[in-house]
Amino acid sequence: MADRSLQITAGLLALLIATLVLGTALALASQSGGASLRPADWSAIRFTITQALISTVFSCALAVPTARALMRRRFPGRQALILLMGAPFLLPVIVAVLGLLTIYGRSGLLNVALQSVGLPQISIYGLAGVVLAHVFFNLPLATRILLNGWQSIPAERFRLAETLNLPSPFRHIELPMLRATLPGAALAIFLVCLTSFVVALTLGGGPRATTLELAIYQALRFDFDAGRAALLAAIQFAICAAAVTLAARFTLPPALGAGLDRTLILHPPKHRTAFDVVVITTAALFLLLPLAAVLIEGLPALPHLPAAVWKAALRSLWMAVTSAALSVTAALILAQAVARSRSRLLELAAMLPLSASGLVLGTGLFLILRPHVRSEDIALPVTILVNALMSLPFLFRLLLPEAIVLHASYDRLAQAIGLQGRARLRYLTLPRLARPLGLGAGLAAALAMGDLGVIALFANNDQATLPLVVQRLSGAYRMEQAAAAALLLVTLSFVLFALFDLGGRRAAP
Amino acid sequence: MLHLDHLALTVDNFRLTANWSIPPGTKLALLGGSGEGKSTLLMGLAGFLPLTSGRILWQGRDLGHLPPAERPMAILFQDQNLFPHLTLAQNLGLALNPRLRLTAADHARIAQVLERLGLSGLSPRRPADLSGGQQGRAALGRVLLQARPILLLDEPFAALGPALKSDLLSLVADLAAETGTTVVLVTHDPADARRFADQVVLVQGGVAAPPVETDAIFANPPPALRAYLGP
Repeated sequence: MADRSLQITAGLLALLIATLVLGTALALASQSGGASLRPADWSAIRFTITQALISTVFSCALAVPTARALMRRRFPGRQALILLMGAPFLLPVIVAVLGLLTIYGRSGLLNVALQSVGLPQISIYGLAGVVLAHVFFNLPLATRILLNGWQSIPAERFRLAETLNLPSPFRHIELPMLRATLPGAALAIFLVCLTSFVVALTLGGGPRATTLELAIYQALRFDFDAGRAALLAAIQFAICAAAVTLAARFTLPPALGAGLDRTLILHPPKHRTAFDVVVITTAALFLLLPLAAVLIEGLPALPHLPAAVWKAALRSLWMAVTSAALSVTAALILAQAVARSRSRLLELAAMLPLSASGLVLGTGLFLILRPHVRSEDIALPVTILVNALMSLPFLFRLLLPEAIVLHASYDRLAQAIGLQGRARLRYLTLPRLARPLGLGAGLAAALAMGDLGVIALFANNDQATLPLVVQRLSGAYRMEQAAAAALLLVTLSFVLFALFDLGGRRAAP
Repeated sequence: MLHLDHLALTVDNFRLTANWSIPPGTKLALLGGSGEGKSTLLMGLAGFLPLTSGRILWQGRDLGHLPPAERPMAILFQDQNLFPHLTLAQNLGLALNPRLRLTAADHARIAQVLERLGLSGLSPRRPADLSGGQQGRAALGRVLLQARPILLLDEPFAALGPALKSDLLSLVADLAAETGTTVVLVTHDPADARRFADQVVLVQGGVAAPPVETDAIFANPPPALRAYLGP
């Protein structure tokens, strides 16, 4: 009785995703036959895991006092700060790296200050820089997850602790929450750090700070050694898949849309006010300074950007919108089919892209298609496709709960009056799901807009996207132009996100 | 005639059977406690549950394999009878044309039905802007426009409170009498059955018993009904 064509479409889509992801893995494994690991590759494997572990530990350890301070203090700008904590998820990595370079780089503010008082300079390159950038991205994520955890503790429990006059409410109330929340947050962050390409590309490098993804890029781009690239990509795939499998045993906490409005439930202890002030101020400066630096440095150069940058911006825009359209369509079809059939297989297919990184997928597709086409010809389509795939798990997770509610509430009525096919999509599905669809499209578009991965592998000079232009400009030490282009990139990303999100909200009944 | 021919329905481990028929124009109540299978039977009739065995016949035609929208039936659920994001006119219009390509004649029919139900002038409103009673009437308007010979009611209007519910049920009875519609009402409330139905089917222990005249069954309740009614 159910709309059979939907199930068939969803099945074909799942098959396509599985072919793309698993087929890529197979192609990588089969093409890596002749290659063997060099000592440098072993050190890349070690460095990839080490930096991810250290980044995770720092992000989580710093997030605990930050979230706790934010939880129990009220001050002007608190809401804005918490909102800002959600921004790094959408912030193009290259923009953040540029901001960090402006503050901590060789001629950055910090080193200028150190030099002026006669202290030795610090270097942002290598392990320290990679970890710094990862903490910049993941501290806010971890903080929001933990804030959520704190807000989910029933107020009664704190009141009970007070009436019992427990010496340490932390041990009995907050520690159990952390024990439940932190492992999931840590795994999510570990995964992000494992697959972050741009940070390693810009701040890593050399024999001691090369990640697997960077090694893949170098093998393809500079050594033209497809076999080794395939082998490295296969290893990266295996590590990622293992981490995702592990993560699936924990429920990953929701980081987006965390509620902020619960009333104060912790009585702020007076003696630690100074500590909390320091924590919040440090966190805010740590997050805001690099962004402010990009803004200040980039704004004056914005009117003088070369035409090629604007062209790249336009290219990035249409690629982002196309990618978002693909991703949203796929997520909508799969979420509806899963809401209807509760098929575990379809669900698995939607989540499958999590087990691969964009760069690994891109490498695999390149190796599969290499005998038939020139890499320039597929650079843009492959980038669009890979970005759509990488957003799919997020969008699917976003849509599924709403699709389930929609199905439970109105499927029978729709069937009873024969509302089906395009009419059903137009009069029932799209209006009811407008809000998550808008949010999802915004997320996918912003992520695709800021992505710098696959495109760096293939693009020739006429095909650069805006993030690639930023990276090339900063690589050529044209820092003001780079900052201006970065400013343009971050503005376009957030405008795209806001437009789609707002569109969804306004279309929602 | 609506004929349930050796009908069997299965949900998980629960099995319900029925083997009886009613003439067209009957107002039938399916009466029983919660979990006895009244709604299961109704969902089977409406086409939301596949039949385990047996047939459903209407005027000799086998309905068993038709999707819900193609059966000669309209249905009112316990709730969610209107799409909250569509206006009343659109909600009612879906009954005339699921693609909402409505002609001037369609709009006239919608206005006519709304007037009959005391909802004149409310067609641009959304359900949330209406009172509970108005929402119930609007849902009734939708099934009126569907104009099917059989109307299935799954404990409708239950959330509205006794007075409003009984008002709406008598409105259904009036409308059904005008059009000769066969009505099957699911209820756990004996008062509903007494007020509304010509015949009562007792649903208990996995069996939907053959229908009995309402007056007769309440005058001389069988043991199962006596147990259900209590002292």
